[in-house]
Amino acid sequence: MSGPLAVDHALSARILSEALARGGDFAELYFEYRRAASIAMEDGKVRTAGGGIDMGVGVRVVVGASVGYAYAESVEPEDMMRAAQTAAQIAASSATVGPVKIRRRRLGDVYPVASELVDIDGASRVALLRRADAAARKFDRRIKRVDASLVAVHKEIMVVTSDGYSAYDVQPMMRVSISVVAKNKRRTETGSSGGGGRQGIAYFDEVSPEWHGEEAARVAIVNLDSRPAAAGAMPVVLAPGDSGILLHEAVGHGLEADFNRKRTSNYTDRIGKRVASSLVTVEDDPGLPGSRGSINIDDEGVVPKPHRLIVNGVLRSYMHDKISAKFFGKRPSGSGRRESFRDVPMPRMTNTLMSAGTEDPQDIIRSVKRGIYAKKFSGGQVNISNGDFVFSLTEGYLIEDGKITAPLKGANLIGNGPDALETVSMVGHDFALSDGMWTCGKDGQSVPVGVGQPTIKVDMLTVGGTDT
Amino acid sequence: MARPTASERVLASLADTAEFTLDALAKHGIDHAEVAVGIGKELEVSVRQGEVELVKEAQSSGLSIRLMRDDRVATSSTTDLSREGLEAFVARAVEMAEISEPDPLAAPPDPKELVRSWPELDLFDPRTDRIDAKRGLAMAQQAERAAFKASKKITASEGASFSRSSGHSVLATSGGFLGKSSGTYQSLVVQAVADDEGGKKRPGYFWTGGRFFSELERPSAVGREAALRAVASIGSAKMKTGVVPVVFDHEAARGIVGLVAGCVLGDAVYRQRSYLGSRVGSVVASPKVTLVDDPLIERGPGSRPYDGEGRRVKKRTVCRRGVLETFLLDTYSARRLGLTPTGSASGGGGVPHASTSNFYLKAGRSTPASLLKGIERGLYVTRMMGYGFDPTTGNFSRGAEGFLIEHGEKTRPVSGVTISRNLDELLQGIDAVANDLVFKTSIASPSFRVDAMTVAGD
Repeated sequence: MSGPLAVDHALSARILSEALARGGDFAELYFEYRRAASIAMEDGKVRTAGGGIDMGVGVRVVVGASVGYAYAESVEPEDMMRAAQTAAQIAASSATVGPVKIRRRRLGDVYPVASELVDIDGASRVALLRRADAAARKFDRRIKRVDASLVAVHKEIMVVTSDGYSAYDVQPMMRVSISVVAKNKRRTETGSSGGGGRQGIAYFDEVSPEWHGEEAARVAIVNLDSRPAAAGAMPVVLAPGDSGILLHEAVGHGLEADFNRKRTSNYTDRIGKRVASSLVTVEDDPGLPGSRGSINIDDEGVVPKPHRLIVNGVLRSYMHDKISAKFFGKRPSGSGRRESFRDVPMPRMTNTLMSAGTEDPQDIIRSVKRGIYAKKFSGGQVNISNGDFVFSLTEGYLIEDGKITAPLKGANLIGNGPDALETVSMVGHDFALSDGMWTCGKDGQSVPVGVGQPTIKVDMLTVGGTDT
Repeated sequence: MARPTASERVLASLADTAEFTLDALAKHGIDHAEVAVGIGKELEVSVRQGEVELVKEAQSSGLSIRLMRDDRVATSSTTDLSREGLEAFVARAVEMAEISEPDPLAAPPDPKELVRSWPELDLFDPRTDRIDAKRGLAMAQQAERAAFKASKKITASEGASFSRSSGHSVLATSGGFLGKSSGTYQSLVVQAVADDEGGKKRPGYFWTGGRFFSELERPSAVGREAALRAVASIGSAKMKTGVVPVVFDHEAARGIVGLVAGCVLGDAVYRQRSYLGSRVGSVVASPKVTLVDDPLIERGPGSRPYDGEGRRVKKRTVCRRGVLETFLLDTYSARRLGLTPTGSASGGGGVPHASTSNFYLKAGRSTPASLLKGIERGLYVTRMMGYGFDPTTGNFSRGAEGFLIEHGEKTRPVSGVTISRNLDELLQGIDAVANDLVFKTSIASPSFRVDAMTVAGD
């Protein structure tokens, strides 16, 4: 086989010894083999089929909080040795480390995939996109254009650590995206839908391509009648599922332990303190079956477990990689992730979830006299050091006298994470996981993540619109 | 004749690999192919509170191809550049084309349209690769120290980092084009953090970068500026919701220019993802606005000697005194739109697409300070957040930070507000453009003023 398992434990041990030849607290090897296949369909026609293979190993040497890093784009022994020597430069003692004895760690599997999409023949993958395309066009005559894509990745990793463990994982990933243009006499609007996760062809038994096509079309048609959003501060009801991205950005990043170790997060020194309304409980769960953010093993070789970050409004813990865990005297939470073998791992989220409450979602909407119902987002950004965030809405509605009324033109929600969580006044019983479409960026590295939450009401957020 | 430099030897070897791949492809009976192969070196070092955080050093290489067989397109990439590896890779890639549908418009330019020579743009600094980790760490440490020294109010640091990269690349096509180019880039970044009285963290960020090492600003100046920015935002708060004049400083301004850039690219136009789609020849901005795409700026961060399909590149005025003159087009988008390509392709070796090179708003005559004159109440924007822009409609709404303007002066820091206006109206509302254009980034702008925008705050 061509994957990481081609490198045996004896060779790994030799490279680790070389990496620690000048000392260091620990070292690890991160082998990665990645095979991708993608199809892009433009306006009903498959414009291109693509694919590629990427393979290599990253070598990391850690001394305190200092990291030496190098990688090789092959698993040839001499290339890997050279990378180990480069990474070793960070350490400067004459300590010698004996050969490491390595045992394989047995892992559970929360994303077993019988039939990976990357291995499905091209014509069958194209057929899936055609079904979505046809459904979108059939939805409404005003749908004038449909673009669709399907990306599938088969990734194998093996992490070998100088404390004598190796762990091997197969991490499949797929994502379907549909994007449509709707036109009437006066306006042109767009809508999109997407989903996927660590799943195979079976994903489409759960969520059909037609569903995505119709959903994209529905949003575009809704937006044809949208009107300018109001500007100013008002209550906001966040719909279940996708709105979790707000939680991810506004709160999650500030709880990544590296920012707290550096004292640059607004949650620094706040463990045990109240940081949100008592209705708020947040956890990061790497073990959701088939979810986009799930991992059986993190990229430092730590077996991750679900961990509660905020419980009833009180800050319980940060998300740790090995370096931050050592600093805080904690166990690593299995949050060390990286984009590829070319990158250093750091604390990252997996699936970040807000737990369900007890309210009926309809009651939550009914409680708002004038406000916004936020349903879909195109993305968001946060200032990690103080929690200020901005989110762009792609589907939102006005709430008037407790009823959802007019659709709004793309508006922004702006606020501060801790402030917003403090004013969460109602939490619904309708927890939903967002269908897998989110990618999180940090320090230039992208990793897939999952988010989820029930309907919630935030008493006051600033809405950026043009209608004053 | 002079002996070849190290750089020239690397390019010659990449060209061999590209030619080998083209030959291998030819054996499979393909109609057209493009091969891009490159090799890069990088160093990244960072410090925080004086301690070394990271030393990362690596060399990488990769090859990508786009091929057409029976008018069907496939693309693929690999990092295995061995001869056996490439032969197997090519065979797999050719098979992939069967999935695609015939698309004759995807054919490359006629060989007659390809260039044989191109200008020397001075994009490669031989010194860059020689800056070692020790030197980089010293610069980062110096910069961070300067940040702490600049103000007692600096309480923490996200760290300071130096990085450098160099790359050599070759683009070879079955139409006979063989382009070789190389470039370098280095940068130094500092992020300092100040604390508000209420304990809220205020980050200040500053960086310097350039193709040549000698172009970098002094580390101490970079650190000091990061600190001053953090301190200047202490106590920042919202402002009242309303419609007011808005001044964008040159860094925030390039965010706006970048949005326009995305709407003049051929792909966006033919995919109906641009509100400017049917506007060539009409007024799209105020007469103060001239937008230029210039790939030929010496040492320019976005410069390129030829485009991603091997066409000649040239300076283009996209919008002249408010009138949209042209889109930026690669071959495919030009054919889809029935227009002439502008030599704006990038992505050679993959699916080519139009992209900007050095895209900028031409400087005006006003001084940056004079933009504030006469504003009774307004917003001076230094940073924008979020992604609130819909290219199809031009609707724009993003988070903003900066300063309140009162009676022509910046009076206090502002954050937590959004600014909104349709981009079409925004561009037509630009009533003053300053003279502070610098080419630090591939999308650049001087400061400018917009007559009115909706600011949402309290």
